[in-house]
Amino acid sequence: MVEPAPFVFFGCIELREILGLRARDERELMELLERAPLGSVYYHTHSVFLRHHQITGAYPNDFANWVASQVRDQVLGERLAVVDPFAFPSLEALREELVSIIDHHIAALHPVPRVVFGDPFFFVQSHVIEVPTGLEACTLGEFRRCLAEVDASSIYFHALESRVRRGHPHGDFADWIGQALGLQSQAEEIARINPYLGGLEEIRARMLRLLDAALGGEAPAGGG
Amino acid sequence: MAASALTIEAYREVAPRGTIDFLLRLAERARGRRFLHVNSTRFGGGVAEILSRLVPIMGDLGIKADWEVMEGDSEFFATTKAFHNALQGTEQVVTEAMLEHYLEVNRVNAERLRPAADLVLIHDPQPAAMIESRPPEGKWVWRCHIDLSLPQRRAWAFLRRYVIRYDAAVFSLPAFAQQLPIPQFLVYPSIDPLAEKNRRMTRNEIAKILGALQIPDDKPILLQVSRFDRFKDPIGVINAYRMVKRYHDVRLVLAGGGATDDPEGAQVLAEAREAAGRDPDIYVLDLPSNAHLQINALQRAAAIVIQKSTREGFGLTVAEAMWKGKPVVGGATGGLTVQILYGVTGYTVNSVEGAAYRIRYLLSNPALMRKMGEAGREHVRRNFLITRHLRDYLSLLVHLTA
Repeated sequence: MVEPAPFVFFGCIELREILGLRARDERELMELLERAPLGSVYYHTHSVFLRHHQITGAYPNDFANWVASQVRDQVLGERLAVVDPFAFPSLEALREELVSIIDHHIAALHPVPRVVFGDPFFFVQSHVIEVPTGLEACTLGEFRRCLAEVDASSIYFHALESRVRRGHPHGDFADWIGQALGLQSQAEEIARINPYLGGLEEIRARMLRLLDAALGGEAPAGGG
Repeated sequence: MAASALTIEAYREVAPRGTIDFLLRLAERARGRRFLHVNSTRFGGGVAEILSRLVPIMGDLGIKADWEVMEGDSEFFATTKAFHNALQGTEQVVTEAMLEHYLEVNRVNAERLRPAADLVLIHDPQPAAMIESRPPEGKWVWRCHIDLSLPQRRAWAFLRRYVIRYDAAVFSLPAFAQQLPIPQFLVYPSIDPLAEKNRRMTRNEIAKILGALQIPDDKPILLQVSRFDRFKDPIGVINAYRMVKRYHDVRLVLAGGGATDDPEGAQVLAEAREAAGRDPDIYVLDLPSNAHLQINALQRAAAIVIQKSTREGFGLTVAEAMWKGKPVVGGATGGLTVQILYGVTGYTVNSVEGAAYRIRYLLSNPALMRKMGEAGREHVRRNFLITRHLRDYLSLLVHLTA
């Protein structure tokens, strides 16, 4: 019998690039969002999870936070915050939805809300650099052990970055468990985990529970 | 710890779990590459302070890291000081002759140093024009540590001609950047948790230093550490203290320097002393620039640290205070807004009244002060330690020289 290819855990870091685009009111935010690179849409809606281990703003979405805390437009903040970035087939579709919400909101407002005392919105994009963690798994038990101890950036890389920017719509974890180990139902459940309101540690915790159930009564080594 | 003895392993117990192994693996991707820093001073100032620690650690990680310092005469440094002020928005006279001398000193230094590496990081405006002499190989990046958001137009137009010839620029905050046709990266500055200013201290050491400064520790201490500069609003801090003092028996310590070599600093110091009057609970300390242990002891002895700036660069004194587990009340300006997480590690405020209110609120909630202090220390551990700075520079090296 052929041994499955091991799962190699990578962590990642992001190098942030300032794009020189800054918005001072909601119309500018919309116009710049329309022409900003998709990498910037991704940065402000997805990689928030990589940067913020403590969720301190009201929402896990930079656009919503900015209009709520700097422009002090709570209504638009709430409307943008409810958009789940993981529910869209592409970043372009996510961008269209965000633009459409802002457009609809400001159509009824005169004047357009703007920053008076707060900071402008600065568009940023990031370059994600992958770094091997040195952890590899060949079996479900090993995978569970590695997952429990790996850096949170590894969860980001395999569960979020891989789906959105590396063309693996189910994420690396689900792909390997389904394809290499042949555990289709667990793979499907892992692919369904939505990180939007729980963050990276919630993904880890839910996966560990699923894996523990799959491993049955075996007491897994390692944390979690 | 002496800089020459610095190793990455020394940071294992202070950095977030897994960080050192992560850095070792990241450095593997850039092992053997040459990373050269060039600035204008070996001693004094935040840039030299952090380079003296970063460069040996990079070497320990297998990067061929070097640090060269340009030389200049007093006329050159007078020009670059004026330049520095002009770039930060203060109206200055910068003549053609001054600019020509600036370029000449840059040419002489480029000839002397012949900077060459896989990545050459030129720090601040002083050596920026060395780009004229760049060799064909290697990437050149301009690292700007100052706030360029509102520069004097003529000074920036002159410098910009050189900046756009770099492969990229690095700024400390998006708000500090300018419109440029080259990529601009964001790298926050950092503090070194093992340096004298931040290292652990025993209670005895702290008590001894407070004794030497003649500051009793029988009342909660409110502390602001900063140069005597109007933008740091020392008078506003005294006024906030007076509003707090009606409700809480506290002491105020304003500790800073910059009064000896800066006429305006001396004037602001005199104003602060006059505003303090004969209040025995206000201490205005003019400390030398190397008073690192005294600052460390004061920050550790404080109940709340204030940084009530009305305009600020990055303001790393806030990270220093949070690293010591102190809640911070700071002005909503510059880098203070990314360091202070509102309601989590302290409060950003917009007025004397706001500062007074938040200080009173914290003094009335000791459990919250402890909680914010702990959250602040973790926030600094993840985002403002030298290990994160190192990670960003290694990322830059990997990204630009891949």
